[in-house]
Amino acid sequence: METLWFCLVAVMIAVYVVLDGYDLGAGIIHLFVARNDGERRAVLRSIGPLWDGNEVWLLAGGATLFFAFPAVYAAGFSGFYLPLMIVLWLLVGRGLSIEFRNHLKNAIWAPFWDAMFFLCSLLLAVFFGAALGNVVRGVPLDEHGAFFEPLWTNFRLGAETGIFDWYTIIVGLAAFCTLAVHGALWVALKTEGAVNERSRAVAKVGWWGVAGLTFIVTGLTFRVQPQVPARLAAQPWGYVFPALALAGLFSMAWFLARREECRAFLGSCAYILGMLTSAAFGLYPCVLPASTNPAWSLTVHNSKTGDYAMRVGLVWWTIGMVLVIGYFVFVNRHFAGKVRTEENGY
Amino acid sequence: MDDALTVHRLHFAFTATFHYLFPQLTMGLALLLVVLKTMALRTGEEHYNRAVRFWGKIFGISFALGVVTGIPLEFQFGTNWARFSRAAGGVIGQTLGMEGMFAFFLESTFLGLFLFGEKRLGPVGHWVATVLVFVGSWVSGFFIVATFSWMQHPVGYALDANNQIVLSSFWALVLNPWTLWAYPHVMIGAAVTGCFVMASVGAFYLLSGRQLAYGRTFVRVAVMVGLAAVLLQLLPTGDMQGRLVAHHQPVTLAAMEGLFDTQQGAPLAILGQPDVEKRRLDNPLVIPRMLSFLTYRRWSAEVKGLDSFPPQDWPSNIPLVYYCYHVMVGLGTMFIALMAVAGWLLWRGKLYGSRPVLWLLMLALPFPYIANTAGWITAEAGRQPWIIYGLMRTRDGVSAQVSAGNAWFTLIGFMGLYTVLGILFLFLVRREIEHGPEEEVQGPRRGGSKVQGLTAEA
Repeated sequence: METLWFCLVAVMIAVYVVLDGYDLGAGIIHLFVARNDGERRAVLRSIGPLWDGNEVWLLAGGATLFFAFPAVYAAGFSGFYLPLMIVLWLLVGRGLSIEFRNHLKNAIWAPFWDAMFFLCSLLLAVFFGAALGNVVRGVPLDEHGAFFEPLWTNFRLGAETGIFDWYTIIVGLAAFCTLAVHGALWVALKTEGAVNERSRAVAKVGWWGVAGLTFIVTGLTFRVQPQVPARLAAQPWGYVFPALALAGLFSMAWFLARREECRAFLGSCAYILGMLTSAAFGLYPCVLPASTNPAWSLTVHNSKTGDYAMRVGLVWWTIGMVLVIGYFVFVNRHFAGKVRTEENGY
Repeated sequence: MDDALTVHRLHFAFTATFHYLFPQLTMGLALLLVVLKTMALRTGEEHYNRAVRFWGKIFGISFALGVVTGIPLEFQFGTNWARFSRAAGGVIGQTLGMEGMFAFFLESTFLGLFLFGEKRLGPVGHWVATVLVFVGSWVSGFFIVATFSWMQHPVGYALDANNQIVLSSFWALVLNPWTLWAYPHVMIGAAVTGCFVMASVGAFYLLSGRQLAYGRTFVRVAVMVGLAAVLLQLLPTGDMQGRLVAHHQPVTLAAMEGLFDTQQGAPLAILGQPDVEKRRLDNPLVIPRMLSFLTYRRWSAEVKGLDSFPPQDWPSNIPLVYYCYHVMVGLGTMFIALMAVAGWLLWRGKLYGSRPVLWLLMLALPFPYIANTAGWITAEAGRQPWIIYGLMRTRDGVSAQVSAGNAWFTLIGFMGLYTVLGILFLFLVRREIEHGPEEEVQGPRRGGSKVQGLTAEA
């Protein structure tokens, strides 16, 4: 049961990154691919009706982690206190910059929110990447299953890590590149004309960053967290996850070159899913590894809730997920196609 | 660690209070939007559709702020209250998870369709979207109230071999008797806010001689729904909520009522200042034996005072509980009076011309916010010193790893950010109200746009 819930939480977080990832990516690139007000509005319209629902995956995933592995939720959230608070402020800034930008038409309001949208999206991508880096690298848990990390110490690995060290910063950079390209592919898919052209150009150039960083991060991760390669060696069927990531990585470039925008975007989705599920596979059964003493790691076995709760949760979770997939299909079909210039809304 | 405890408490109290300013309006307006949209569908009049679009814009602004200020709360269980989360997560994680899965996805998805899909959905489809946004937001309210109710009255749990709290009965959790009365009381409280805001805007338009047709519609709808709401808020929901407190948290009731001494035929204090050191109420204005009657339906029933309980089980701030409770009830009583007068005048066809009552409706706008906030503070401060009533004390629930310094940093950060957000909210909503539901040929000019161009577009 705990293994099943580990997989479900991992999938929910991965889906969050795939969905809200393109919102963040759109925010990162929009100043460059959209040069006037009409173009900026087009970019916002491509994500406008969808971003809030996408963000809910973060909440739903967090709440699922809360109920399935309360010890991990408690340890992780209090241990990552400062970066989480900063992430919250960035989410506020990102959300309001999308919602409020078009309320006023003047020369100060829109550029202010455009800048906010860019900055918050960029920093969120980096912070989320660094967060993943921290989870993979391991955190200084004590024997009571608690820890606290300052934002940085000496940027090195070892006994006293900070949130930001050289490894997590590189992972943050990889996340930034990945989401920027992911957002560019989405914007290209949903827009036409100059915005479409520029987005595809960003995606083409950015892809090289993604590819390069994929290999660098993978190599570094294998050294920083030996448990990951050990897991792959012990259970080679797990190579299916990195294989998915590689398939996604190459299909992104392939379909982009052929101007098949939808498939290119789906390739990017596959890449992100593959990378995140690989991380989850590599970590299992740890949910939050300890960099201090392996015996103090929080695993699916020592941090799970009761069996009854996990069984009962599966019932409502499944019902809920069926409904969610229904809403998702409905709303995406409703807003399918390229955004046009004149419509009510943003 | 007392310093850290205080900061963590302030942190949650501040962010939760600010957050709730927005959902109470959103949930109340969601109901009223369904009413207006139904009227639009049945009469086919564009007037009602314009009204829906107007309030939809204000709804959207409030919703956005509710979302961005709400996410910090879900995170805050873990960041600032880690030991509580670890203990209670197996239970309240269920209700919070269900809130995410069932309510947030529903309301977020259909909000997009409500705001941007009117043309594509058609009138019936758009009505459905409106209803689903209402359902989503009210379902969300249910699961949050279920979470909070479990903290007040823990049910459906057991202690496992390691003395950890685990869920033992899903239905007991979801059908907690506390929830069954707290939920309608909270939601009707939100409806009261929605109604007073709509009535206030309608009254403003009537008094300033603008958007008259809309002014009348808003006042009419808001007073009709509002009168029902303020009455239901007292009976049965408020009364039953009070009796739950009396039954399950008698020490909290004593603090709310300022009852220091256990007695039969206990009096109801209307006014008075509690002096905790001297264990008495100063300058009391009381109704003899009324508290016994209200609580137990018998004039001579014994009501326990604070003296029946050890001081370490008293709420940590008795005057706060007492005053917030009295503010809530006092305002609730005034709301009933105002809505009753407005309702009677409406029935006689005299409300739109009655300037004194319109002035009262217009000026009443901030007060439901104060009443709702006071009610929540009564509940939360009343539950102290427990974070899970009878199971875990608040001081044992904080994150041990997060120092006071870190908590102060983020608290000040939130205070600054939320001050800016509050100003932004008022600015944007004011603009929408200034602009009104319909373009006015000779109305006040909007900053930065031309009236002629817009009337052509309308």
